[in-house]
Amino acid sequence: MAAIIISDPTRTTRPRKATAESLWSRWLIISIAVGFMGLMFVLPLVIIFQEAFRKGWEGFVQAFDDRATTHAIWLTLKVAAITVPLNTLFGLAAAWCISRFQFRGRRFLSSLIELPLWVSPVIAGMVYVLLFGAQGLFGPALKEHGIKIIFALPGIVLSTIFVTFTFVARVLAPQMEAQGQAEEEAAMTLGANGWQMFWRVTLPKIKWGLLYGIILCNARSMGEFGAVSVVSGHIRNKTNTVPLHIEVLYNEYQFVPAFAVASVLALLALVTLILKTLTTTQRGAA
Amino acid sequence: MTRPRHVLPGFKLSLGFTITYLSLIVLFPLSMLVWKATSGGWEHMLDTLTQARVVSSLKLSFGTAFAAALVNSVFGLVTAWALERYSFPGRRLLDAMVDLPFALPTAVAGIALVTLYAPNGWIGSWLAQHDIKAAYAPLGITIALTFVGFPFVVRTLQPVIADLSMDVEEAAACLGANRWQTLTRVVFPALLPSTLAGMTLAFGRAVGEYGSVVFISGNLPFKTEIAPLLITMRLEEYDYSGAATIGVVMLAASFTILLLSNLLAQWSRNRTGR
Repeated sequence: MAAIIISDPTRTTRPRKATAESLWSRWLIISIAVGFMGLMFVLPLVIIFQEAFRKGWEGFVQAFDDRATTHAIWLTLKVAAITVPLNTLFGLAAAWCISRFQFRGRRFLSSLIELPLWVSPVIAGMVYVLLFGAQGLFGPALKEHGIKIIFALPGIVLSTIFVTFTFVARVLAPQMEAQGQAEEEAAMTLGANGWQMFWRVTLPKIKWGLLYGIILCNARSMGEFGAVSVVSGHIRNKTNTVPLHIEVLYNEYQFVPAFAVASVLALLALVTLILKTLTTTQRGAA
Repeated sequence: MTRPRHVLPGFKLSLGFTITYLSLIVLFPLSMLVWKATSGGWEHMLDTLTQARVVSSLKLSFGTAFAAALVNSVFGLVTAWALERYSFPGRRLLDAMVDLPFALPTAVAGIALVTLYAPNGWIGSWLAQHDIKAAYAPLGITIALTFVGFPFVVRTLQPVIADLSMDVEEAAACLGANRWQTLTRVVFPALLPSTLAGMTLAFGRAVGEYGSVVFISGNLPFKTEIAPLLITMRLEEYDYSGAATIGVVMLAASFTILLLSNLLAQWSRNRTGR
C-alpha cells in the first residue's frame, strides 16, 4: 500500500499534488534521510559485530572466558540493580506531584529535574569527587571511619544515579498530565485510600510509559562511561564496569575481546529500541 | 478538621521526596562545584580560564558541538520530514533507529566510530585517499558529536510536523504558490523555532559529551583535547579547583541551554498556535 502511493501519486483518491512534493524530490529527501542514518547509525553497528566476530565464534566466546570481564559484567548488573529502582521511585514521585498538583515553583522544579540531562557526565562524576574524594569536603571524615565512596561501588552508583536521574520522570510527567486525573478523583470519591488508588488506578494507566522510562534508565545506567570513569579509579576486578572494561581492552589493543564485550551492550541497545517501539505503540493504543 | 487543599492525596509525600532526592543527588553536589571553583577567588578562576590549554579545549568543545548541531539541524529536518510526511518501506525501522544514540553506550559508539574513521578503517581509508583526516582530528570529534545529538533534532521536530495544519499549505497552493514556495515561505518559517530548539538540545548534549569522543579525538593538548577530557586530567592531578572552574563554565552553558530551549519551545507554541 505504502509503495503504491510513492510509485504513483496521481492514483490516490485525494488531490495530493498541491500539498505534496514531486515524486523525485520525495525520493531525494527519503534517500538523504536513509543515507545519512545508514552512514551514521547502521555502519557503526555493523562494524561492532564485524570486529567482534573477526576471529569467528570461538574468538567471540573466548572474550568472555576472562575473570576481569565477568567481574565487570557483575558490577554493571549490580549498579543497575541499585540505580534503576531508586530512580523509578523518584520518577513516580516527581511525576505525581508535577502532573497532579498546582503549586508555586512547579515549572521551575520540572526544569531542575531536567538539568542532569544537560550536565556533562564528567561533571556528574566530578561533583562526587569534590564531596567524597580524598581531598573533598567529607574526604577526611570518611577516611577516619574507613568508608570508601570514591574508587568504590557507592561512588559509581551515585554518579550513575545522577546521569539517569531524569529519565523516568521525564517520560511519566507529560503522559500523566495528558491523561488527566478524572479516574483518580473518581476512585477517591468512591472511598479508595491513597495506595489503593495508586495501585489499582494510576499504575495501570501509566504502566507502558513507566516501562519505557525504566528501559531508558536501565540502558543508560548499564552504559554510562564518562561519569563512572571519573569516580571509579579503573581498578581491574574491583571498580571496572563493562564500558570501562571495554576502554581498557581497547587501549591494550585487544580488539576482538573489546568489540565482543561491546557487541553485548550494542545488543542491549537494540533490545532497548525494540522494547521502546513496542511500548510506544502500546501507549498510543491505550 | 481542616479542608484538604487538594483532591488527590500524596502531595506532601511526593513533593517532599522529590525535593529531598533532587537536593541530595543533584543540587547539593552541583553547588559544591561552584563553591570549589570560587573558593580560590575570582583572580584564580580567571587565571585558570585564560590558560592557553583551557582556552583551546573550550574553543574546541564549543566549536565542534556547534558544527555538529548545525549538521544535525539540516539532516534532522530532512529526516523528520521524511518520517512524518512520507510512507516508504522501512519507515518504522528508520524511526526506531533514530533513538540509537540514546540507547547505545557512548564508549561502544566511540570505539565503533574510531574503527570506521581511522586511516585504515572503512570510511577513513577512503577519506585518506582524498587527504582528509577524520580520526584524531576535529572532524572526527564533530562526527562523534553529530552521532550523539541527532535524535534531539528529529524528536523535537516530529510532533511539530505532525501537527502542522494542512490548511495553510492548501491555501498557499490555491493562491498560486508552487510547492517550493510553499515549503520555503509557509512550512519552513513554522518549523524554524523547533528546528532551533532541537539544535540547542543537540548542542547541549554534544558540548559535554565524553565517551564517544575520547576514542576518536586523539586527545592531543591544544589540538584535539576537549574540555571534559581536560577536566578529568585536572582531577587526576588533584587540581580540584582548576577542574571545578572549567566545570563551572560548562555548567553555565548547560543552564543557558536549558533556558534557551524552554524559550524556543514557547516561541514554537506561539507560532504554530498550539
